[in-house]
Amino acid sequence: MERALAIVERDLRRFRRSPTLIVVSLVFPIVQLVVLGYAFGGKPRHLKVGLVDQDGRVPAVQLAALGNAIAANAETFTFVPFDDQGRAVTALRNGRVNGVLTIPPGFSRRLLRGENPRVALIEDNTDNFVSGALASTFTGMVSAYGRPGVGAARTAGVGRVAGGAARMNAVPTLDIVEVYPYVPYIQYLLPGSIVMSIFMMVMIGGGIIFIDDKARGLHEGYLVTPITRFELILGFNVAGALKAILAGTVLMFIGSLIAGVPHPFDPMRLMRLFLVISLSSVALVSMMFLFMVRMEDPLVPRAIFGVLNTLLFFPSGAVYPQSAFPAWMRGLAVADPFTYVVHALKALLLKNTGFAAITGDLIFLTVFSAVTMTLATFLFKREL
Amino acid sequence: MSAAIEVHGITKRFGDFTAVDGISFSVEEGEIFGLLGPNGAGKSTLIRMLTTLLKPTSGSATVGGHDVATEADAVRRTIGVIPQALTSDLDLTVEENLLIFAKLYGVPRDERGPIIDRLLGAVELKQWADKPVKFLSGGMRRRVEIARGLVHRPRVLFLDEPTTGLDPVSRTAVWAMLRRIKAEHDLTMLLTTHYMDEADRLCDRVAIVDHGHLLALDSPIHLKAAIPGESTLEASFSNAPPDWRKRLERLPAVESVTGGPAARDPAAGESGGQAGAPRTGVGESSGAAGARGTGATDGVGGRPGVYRIASDDGPKTTTALMAEAARTGVGVLSLGVQTTTLDDVFVHFAGRELRDELQDPSPAERRVIVRRG
Repeated sequence: MERALAIVERDLRRFRRSPTLIVVSLVFPIVQLVVLGYAFGGKPRHLKVGLVDQDGRVPAVQLAALGNAIAANAETFTFVPFDDQGRAVTALRNGRVNGVLTIPPGFSRRLLRGENPRVALIEDNTDNFVSGALASTFTGMVSAYGRPGVGAARTAGVGRVAGGAARMNAVPTLDIVEVYPYVPYIQYLLPGSIVMSIFMMVMIGGGIIFIDDKARGLHEGYLVTPITRFELILGFNVAGALKAILAGTVLMFIGSLIAGVPHPFDPMRLMRLFLVISLSSVALVSMMFLFMVRMEDPLVPRAIFGVLNTLLFFPSGAVYPQSAFPAWMRGLAVADPFTYVVHALKALLLKNTGFAAITGDLIFLTVFSAVTMTLATFLFKREL
Repeated sequence: MSAAIEVHGITKRFGDFTAVDGISFSVEEGEIFGLLGPNGAGKSTLIRMLTTLLKPTSGSATVGGHDVATEADAVRRTIGVIPQALTSDLDLTVEENLLIFAKLYGVPRDERGPIIDRLLGAVELKQWADKPVKFLSGGMRRRVEIARGLVHRPRVLFLDEPTTGLDPVSRTAVWAMLRRIKAEHDLTMLLTTHYMDEADRLCDRVAIVDHGHLLALDSPIHLKAAIPGESTLEASFSNAPPDWRKRLERLPAVESVTGGPAARDPAAGESGGQAGAPRTGVGESSGAAGARGTGATDGVGGRPGVYRIASDDGPKTTTALMAEAARTGVGVLSLGVQTTTLDDVFVHFAGRELRDELQDPSPAERRVIVRRG
């Protein structure tokens, strides 16, 4: 056992003296957390909407004024007035405005007669996020205005008004109850960043260093000593897991502060988080050891890094809900250890649950570690 | 006195390729034994089998009385291995490097300190003990590894090309250190090298290995005495007539003539001779380089057109050669005379030059150089 500890000691001493590795394995996930968190998290703002008022009478002007009031508060959009529908649509096609709101002739007359008047929103649907934001804003605006019954008709193309008017005679209301406080996207992303920091450390500190040491002939130095196969495997993996746990724990603290997780230092939650991070580190180190155990070429781990990263990170549900995935990717997600790490970390970080919510994840990670480590041990050669 | 290493018909095949082919020898206790041969000769494969890193395909070997295949752990406790590559941890200090290996070898806790201290003294690195290895020169790093290989007091030390990549001063220092350590620690050493002078100066006995076969085995003095001629002339010529080799063989005191232009194409031979012209003193430079031990850097690539003439009487043959050249109108481009070295021994047994093989192992080049018989 002392020999296995000697390998761990050697690895940790080297690790302590090479701050680059520590920095790299933490900087990438943090940068990703901050940039992705703010890049995807917000709602579109400062959009420009062309306004074509073909009616011109008081109710139409009131509708436009209501829009301006919303624009002034939420800063979602500003109106750009156009005299002519054709010019407005041209501006939309040229990208000078993000949508065109048309109040058709006779809007006021129909409104006053109670004939379900319509307004049309023509939008550039090549950008789903922007068109979605505009649609929901104007639906809200029109329903707020349209007590007598005004509908917003969305059009899928440009310049083609279609769709039925919403009848507002009896409007059902949906009351939404949120179980947890509002979760900004950056918090939603934090579990993914923690698993990424563990993976980075496992990949660089475990995989790449393992292959480089092998190529440099360092392993030959181990193999000519009376160390056993078991001690060697134990030494390599304990060293890798310790480094990964360190990376994951540091990122958990820094990330919680950056993302503004409420009560980040609740001791019971920290204890559960540490357990999940430790088990995840062991699982990913075992997986990496299985990949690397028969590999000789130092280029290969560098080459597969990006592929592996994409294949494990994105299907895990770290950036987007898995329920939106096609069937094949959901299949991939089931086998992906990141899925279970992300699920467990989300439960703990976003909902502060107890063990009951993460038992399944812990069981999967334990079984996954056992299977990969057993396979790797069989493949490991005590000789060259 | 029993043999420290005994090897019986050991063979290693990788697929169709036979790296080591039925080699047998034994190394006495207290001996410095050299395996001499070019890269790819099978030296490293042989040493890896003896150090339990590779299992022999057939044949057997014992080190310190233990079988390398069936008693691998006992062999590992008996031997120290200094690998070809510099494998110390650059970020760790000299002392830490030794300490980790003391632990890997299971040296008892209270013995580690004194042993490391004594070894650092032996390799003259005491004052650098707490410096990270990355600040040390190549020669110093090699000494760290020598100390590392001795940390568990082995009886047999294996060194794979211990001075490859070192400058001449460092090499001499390493040799002196190895001799001293061998005497102090009562060690048997087996080392591989492709440097003739290293084998000549350091080893009690030398085994010449090529293409996986053992070609010759004896002390350097006996090996040199065993081949024809006391001196070797190396010479290149211009305008040599087709029967020039025959004429050289008829010169007084000549025992054999090897080398020269490729026989299959006279034009190639001619151009080969010319190609040698700018490199004046090819013979001297290579001979001197061999003796100095910078063979790998002397810049003499494939040397078409250079004749190697083994002679019992160097001056006599030289005089006659100059007279013959003047009489037949042959121009002498270069001429060097030297007493026999292990270089000549290798050429004699392997039928080709070691250095050429090292510098350009491409088959095209080899066709010109190889002249058997």
